[in-house]
Amino acid sequence: MTFRLPAPTPGAKIIGLGSSQPEHVVTNDDLARRVETNDQWIRERVGIVERRIAQDDTSLVDLAVDAGAKALKDSGLSGADIDTVVLATCTMTSPIPNAAAQTADRIGISAPAAFDLNAACAGFCYGLGTASDLIRSGTARNVLVIGAEKLSDWLDWDDRSTCIIFADAAGAAVLTAAASAEEIGVGPVSWGSAGDLVDTIRILEESTNKLWQQGQSVFRWATTKIAPVALDAVVKAGLSPADIDVLIPHQANLRIVEAIAKRLHKEGARADLRVADDIVHSGNTSSASIPMAMDHMRAAGRIKSGEIALLVGFGAGLSYAGQVVRIP
Amino acid sequence: MADTAEILSGLAEIVEEVAGIDTADVSADKSFVDDLDIDSLSMVEIAVQAEDKFGVKIPDDQLAELKTVGDAVAYIEKNQ
Repeated sequence: MTFRLPAPTPGAKIIGLGSSQPEHVVTNDDLARRVETNDQWIRERVGIVERRIAQDDTSLVDLAVDAGAKALKDSGLSGADIDTVVLATCTMTSPIPNAAAQTADRIGISAPAAFDLNAACAGFCYGLGTASDLIRSGTARNVLVIGAEKLSDWLDWDDRSTCIIFADAAGAAVLTAAASAEEIGVGPVSWGSAGDLVDTIRILEESTNKLWQQGQSVFRWATTKIAPVALDAVVKAGLSPADIDVLIPHQANLRIVEAIAKRLHKEGARADLRVADDIVHSGNTSSASIPMAMDHMRAAGRIKSGEIALLVGFGAGLSYAGQVVRIP
Repeated sequence: MADTAEILSGLAEIVEEVAGIDTADVSADKSFVDDLDIDSLSMVEIAVQAEDKFGVKIPDDQLAELKTVGDAVAYIEKNQ
């Protein structure tokens, strides 16, 4: 007996983007009234001017629903067309139920395969890689990938090393099958983990139950190990750094973003490479940062449909993933 | 193996590239934080480049002990 498998497709492409942020803005001066810090210190260390924090009446799923619905509308598809929902998050306050199924239901997507994926700040790129391969194998037809976080639920507002960095948001993309090899819009994923560094970013269960990180160690790892992952994603797709129009790394810290860009320039990236700096007004929103930056840059006219973006996510685990994509 | 003067001049070039401080201002008696106004993240970048240039390992806990340019030069000279 031979099992029958679905017919494969050439690969996947992104056909819609969306993002969502809470309305409430928290400035550096607001934080300086609470902890020992100041606007200049925050701008110099992490490059953040302001961030958005969800209030009690806005949940992680609310943000995911808003971003997902916008991406669906942008794609031109309807809820009935989506058969799979992948929701990357690391900040659900309870592990049961998952966020994906209820998010899909509220968007109007009926009975999809729906699951949460935790690769922290690398979550969206893990989700994109998974979705792309589900489509390529023929298992899924149209996939909604969402990165959604309410990091504020896990922040210690008296810890000046973390509360200045993180924020809340969701970002989403709709993927469908490419009709031909030329149409493929999601490159192969370059991904991995560094479990030996697990203790550098974690929840302090024994004391505050809040997010904590060893800033210097994480900075060293991110500024030395992530550019090679991004470059590997370029090579795996059969491209060279000069082919990249825009670099969209996880918006962890503007100085990490700049370090990755600097390394890419040394490896042949063009002088006119655009680099995402969405962190300045959005803060670090973990798995939401990459799709949201892509959506914001496109809305602002900084990137155009058809251009090649290099995405690379990295964070707790430690985990990392990157791929090249074509902007829808 | 680089001698003391070579390590100092090599380190000064790294400090100039990372923090934009003139190499002439990077002397052994200067404190990275108090005199050169270099923050903890720039110190990591300096350490990473020094590791490449001089073939040493400068772990984060060790890095915190290197208060002055002279401390760093002595550490590199001993561990290269």
